[in-house]
Amino acid sequence: MENKDEKNGEQEQVVNPWEVSAKDGGKIDYDKLIDKFGCQKLDQSSSELSHVKRVERLTGRPAHVFLRRGVFFAHRDFDDILNAYERGEKFYLYTGRGPSSEALHLGHLVPFMFTKYLQDAFKVPLVIQLTDDEKCMWKNLSVEESQRLARENAKDIIACGFDISKTFIFSDFDYVGGAFYKNMVKVAKCVTYNKVVGIFGFTGEDHIGKVSFPPVQAVPSFPTSFPHLFSGKDNLRCLIPCAIDQDPYFRMTRDVAPRIGYHKPALIESSFFPALQGESGKMSASDPNSAIYVTDSAKDIKNKINKHAFTGGQESIEKHRKYGANLEVDIPIKYLNFFLEDDAELEHIKKEYGAGHMLTGEVKKRLIEILTELVERHQRARASVTEEMVDAFMAVRPLPNMFD
Amino acid sequence: MTVEEQANYVGNVGLSKNLFLKDKKHRYYIVSALAHTNVDLKVLSQRLGLGKGGLRMAPEEALGEILQVPLGSVTPFALVNETARNVSLLLDQGFRTQEHCFFHPLSNDISISLNTNGLDKLLKSIEKEPTYVDLEASPLVGKDQPPDLAAFVPSTSMVLPDTQAEVSSSKTSAGNQISPVSTDSKSITVTDVGNFVDEILEKTSTLCLSEITEDSIKQHGGKLGDVIANSIRKHLTSDLKNLATIFKNTAYTEGFNAGTKYQPKRL
Repeated sequence: MENKDEKNGEQEQVVNPWEVSAKDGGKIDYDKLIDKFGCQKLDQSSSELSHVKRVERLTGRPAHVFLRRGVFFAHRDFDDILNAYERGEKFYLYTGRGPSSEALHLGHLVPFMFTKYLQDAFKVPLVIQLTDDEKCMWKNLSVEESQRLARENAKDIIACGFDISKTFIFSDFDYVGGAFYKNMVKVAKCVTYNKVVGIFGFTGEDHIGKVSFPPVQAVPSFPTSFPHLFSGKDNLRCLIPCAIDQDPYFRMTRDVAPRIGYHKPALIESSFFPALQGESGKMSASDPNSAIYVTDSAKDIKNKINKHAFTGGQESIEKHRKYGANLEVDIPIKYLNFFLEDDAELEHIKKEYGAGHMLTGEVKKRLIEILTELVERHQRARASVTEEMVDAFMAVRPLPNMFD
Repeated sequence: MTVEEQANYVGNVGLSKNLFLKDKKHRYYIVSALAHTNVDLKVLSQRLGLGKGGLRMAPEEALGEILQVPLGSVTPFALVNETARNVSLLLDQGFRTQEHCFFHPLSNDISISLNTNGLDKLLKSIEKEPTYVDLEASPLVGKDQPPDLAAFVPSTSMVLPDTQAEVSSSKTSAGNQISPVSTDSKSITVTDVGNFVDEILEKTSTLCLSEITEDSIKQHGGKLGDVIANSIRKHLTSDLKNLATIFKNTAYTEGFNAGTKYQPKRL
């Protein structure tokens, strides 16, 4: 018996920037992941010293839903950022997107929604990197197509509500060069071929573009990469909100930073957004029913949640009233965890649904309401994004009010 | 004159037929093909990723507004106009096999003969990439076969003045000359201070009124004011912040745009 289990256990979960899959098609084990990567768990307890409480005190407002509910659950050196901030030392935010498709779904928006909150709450500037070169290389897109996708994605990112007077968006094809490239070379000199193979799993068959890409994603962590923004502020710290599969890039960056005289960037990391079909399902661009897209109409959302969301409800009403719902696997509850702001209402729904008093249909109905409002608000903001606005966000220009 | 009449003057070889097309999202296309190439709009529509009936002939006004040419004179040369900068161009690869092709220069009573090198040079000089496509091909488009011409779909749509009825209010359209057919018109509406304030007041008063009911008056009495104030804050804060951010970003963009075109004082 034991041997059989051991054999099954051989197939580990895989989490890296290009592949995320759980063991045996089950759930991702986040505790194991934190252990393996060596990052820290965020303290969400009610203690006054917990990260959540500290953030609320420092920013003078309630913490974001994603922080309260453990969507962002891991970090590296977040304490240092908070300690410095307490002393009056600011920081800047760095996040990004690999523009591989035009269709963005809600899962893609999660890091941006959280980053916007961080920008507003801490009043700090933000740089957003669009890795069009990476997608050109990994997805074999043409240069023009990846640049086009980068601009299209920029519009959805802008629609998340970033403040143009504090935000710089750039695409690698446009911006790499100058001070940015100098830092890339400094980083590249500190990472051996063997090391990068060890971190990212490259093989002798992979082309040299892939092998030399990691520094591109590393150097936005250093303020000297943006002389038009941070000149004279070489000591400025950086906080990177991202999904935990990006950790390898920044492990490498943190290793190199002290060797070239820079602060290590801090990270705050999120778990993965579940597909409509459940934790073991995969969100895929070719299956429109695996996720809610930002272009979906109210009708689409209603249809997708009602017909395709995997629920933990029982097969019959009688059974449901008796046993209650399985909240562990219920997708509507998981989505509400992300998007229902009111803690009390969420608790109430979980309690009633788990006890079998509330039916799946009701939970879905509430979710549809919330998602529709979210998506409509996004579409409205998206409609007001012009080409000129994208140009302005992406222009290499000073941001004099970035800390106001 | 029509393609047939044109043939009387310049012979039958290398004549082009030019179609000016529009999709449902107000994006425009010029399809320029050899006269004998078979162009199927249904197939083209699918190859562009617009679904089966997504393409139709553009209305007459669009010819004048966007291409600045008279009826019957659609030509790739029209892309030199600023108003046509978001129009996508699809060129028949058959042109490459011809020694000379004939296009209208911007009116259809003359034709100009060019070979594809000349055409390419012209297009490159107005920063358009000349790409040739097999217009007669009919590849399968489906879940696993993405539309092969998707890259030709313009990223900007162009709403002509008279179709803007739902976008602008009476304030902006009265007394305006024809607004430029670009995305400037969107920004005018968003940064209109009157609209902005109206929308905020509209949302606030709707919420306020919905909260004042016989029941709520009975329940809260004199404290109803506090209750409503809290409710407004709770429900409207993120909505209004969203609106304000759109306003701010749009106003900044207008300023930035003006700054890039600013002419320093002459000394």
